[in-house]
Amino acid sequence: MGKASFVVRRTLQLVATLWAVGTVLFGLFRLMPGDPTSYVVSSQMTQEARQRLIESYGLNDPLYVQYIRFLQNLVQLNFGQSFHSNQPVTDIIATYMPNTLVLMLSAFVVAYAIGITLGVLSGWYRGSRFERSTVITALTARSVPTFYVGLIVLWIFGAELGLIPMSGMTSLGTGGQSTGFLDMVLTVDFLKHLMAPAAVLAFYYMGYPLLIMRSSMLEVLSEDFIDVCRAKGLKERTIMFKHAARNALLPIVTAAAIALGYAVGGSVLIETVFAWPGIGREMVRAVLRRDFPVAQGTFIVLASTIIFLNFVADLAYGYLDPRVTYD
Amino acid sequence: MAQEEQSSRSIYTDLDDGGSDEEIDKWQRTFRLWRETLREHWGMLTDELSVKLSMLTVAGFMLIAIFAPFIATHQPLQRQYQGEAGIIIEDWAEPSLLGADTEYLLGTTAEGFDIFSQLIYGTRAALLVGLVAAIFTAGIGTLVGLVAGYYGGKVDDALMRIVDFLYGMPLLPTVIVLVAVLGPDLWNIILALIVLQWRSTARVIRSQSLSLRERPFVKAAEVAGAGDWHIISRHLAPNVLPMTFLYGSFGIAWAILAEAGISFIGLGDPNTVSWGTMLQASRAYSALSFGAWWWFVPPGICIGLLVISGFLIGRGYEEITNPKLQ
Repeated sequence: MGKASFVVRRTLQLVATLWAVGTVLFGLFRLMPGDPTSYVVSSQMTQEARQRLIESYGLNDPLYVQYIRFLQNLVQLNFGQSFHSNQPVTDIIATYMPNTLVLMLSAFVVAYAIGITLGVLSGWYRGSRFERSTVITALTARSVPTFYVGLIVLWIFGAELGLIPMSGMTSLGTGGQSTGFLDMVLTVDFLKHLMAPAAVLAFYYMGYPLLIMRSSMLEVLSEDFIDVCRAKGLKERTIMFKHAARNALLPIVTAAAIALGYAVGGSVLIETVFAWPGIGREMVRAVLRRDFPVAQGTFIVLASTIIFLNFVADLAYGYLDPRVTYD
Repeated sequence: MAQEEQSSRSIYTDLDDGGSDEEIDKWQRTFRLWRETLREHWGMLTDELSVKLSMLTVAGFMLIAIFAPFIATHQPLQRQYQGEAGIIIEDWAEPSLLGADTEYLLGTTAEGFDIFSQLIYGTRAALLVGLVAAIFTAGIGTLVGLVAGYYGGKVDDALMRIVDFLYGMPLLPTVIVLVAVLGPDLWNIILALIVLQWRSTARVIRSQSLSLRERPFVKAAEVAGAGDWHIISRHLAPNVLPMTFLYGSFGIAWAILAEAGISFIGLGDPNTVSWGTMLQASRAYSALSFGAWWWFVPPGICIGLLVISGFLIGRGYEEITNPKLQ
């Protein structure tokens, strides 16, 4: 099978997966106990007004009508309106998604810069004490729950030392998001808020590229061209970074794409700890207050980020490594 | 691959006692085969110090979980005193370990619960979630992987599309939604984790059994007229068992982490004490700002210790099955 048909087949699969996720989600939210309308409908309302409200959300229609409407809206990226605040869900997503992305991307850049470097070094100095201690650090970083590290960081640097703010993305009274997203991101106040959660996340994500890079280096170092480099009399550092590391980098690229998807999906906890107004925290809050449209919309965004980045990783692999064949 | 050599012994044992086939029950033979593979790996695994320490840690936690009622000094969910308002207690007792003049080793929570006893009983929840979820995820994943890899074709396609779909679901958000639907109960959290987590085991086991299926000993068994189940259970399964155990031990760690996270968010079982619910309560009463570190530091250390042990055991096992990593 050629490259073109692989791309087509993979794209079809992407669409099918998105449909399946949407359908399962639709089913799950309809099974949820508790009347969603009780959160919008106040008890003082007359029976008539209540009915009209329920009607306006289309919650009285037969299930299949709701399902078809759900799919139609999904294609048009229309997730309905929040039961809670009456805002369109798309607006809510547009508000919170950039916050999550800023946090995740800055953590990722730091994590991969440090992780890859340490991975190259630990693969190169295999069997040394340095290698053993970095591998153990990486394993430890991945074992302690991020939200717990976050709590401890908040306690020591926030509550005890007063170096970092205890919650949120901006201090009160600085205008926050009203000044525009870019203006906000470029303030010192924002950086102060970003520092702690980004560092905690980076510490956690660092372990994965480190371990992958290390084993990839071990594989590359056993190949013949490394011996050729040595025979040519190249400097050790040149061989390490220019020849070995560049060839070992391939698995990192795809792993990073997939990991970024799961990171956005896993933003739930760290955002809750640091009260970071991101999409993961918003999803949890929507689920807890039975705000179906918001919970549904944010979940779909999280899931499609993963699905899409998996797709990108699959395609990238074929372009980056000419040895890959499609079966 | 190393497991070829290791498990080749088990494959030959099958041939060796071919003569006594009539006397021994089929099932007994299958189980003996599996046991032999495991015993061999156990010996190699316990050679390494970090693995040995991890196993001791896990064993220690297991003992604590079993004897929790004898170790705990108080009932974990029984208020030790009433506050002025009668419901919420604003103040807490400091730990006697730090020299405070109270009867509570690690102090009490703002709700008036004994922290040490909560910590001890929390071990039960963590191990229950970890072990049950890991056994089921590894078991289901292995079975699906074997069936998909052995039968191939449409069966394989259908099963792998399900796995692909599950890979599209973000772990924590999905568990959160499932728990919200099913209700906050420890067993529902376990169920939600199982529903999602068998995906990785299934994928790995499938690719292993795909290559095993083409090997001469499987072909030979096919020619000799062995049935599908016979080949899967006796020729494929013993060879993929190392991978099953690898993913099982990682599964324990992941499940414990996930349960802690879910409980921390506030969807934990209100009737069970777990380390995650302890952390959630400490945050709800802003123990951070009050500097009551004896409330939120111990549960995190316990989670960390147990999870690191799981990862180290898994990693030790990975090095046995894949010597390239050493």
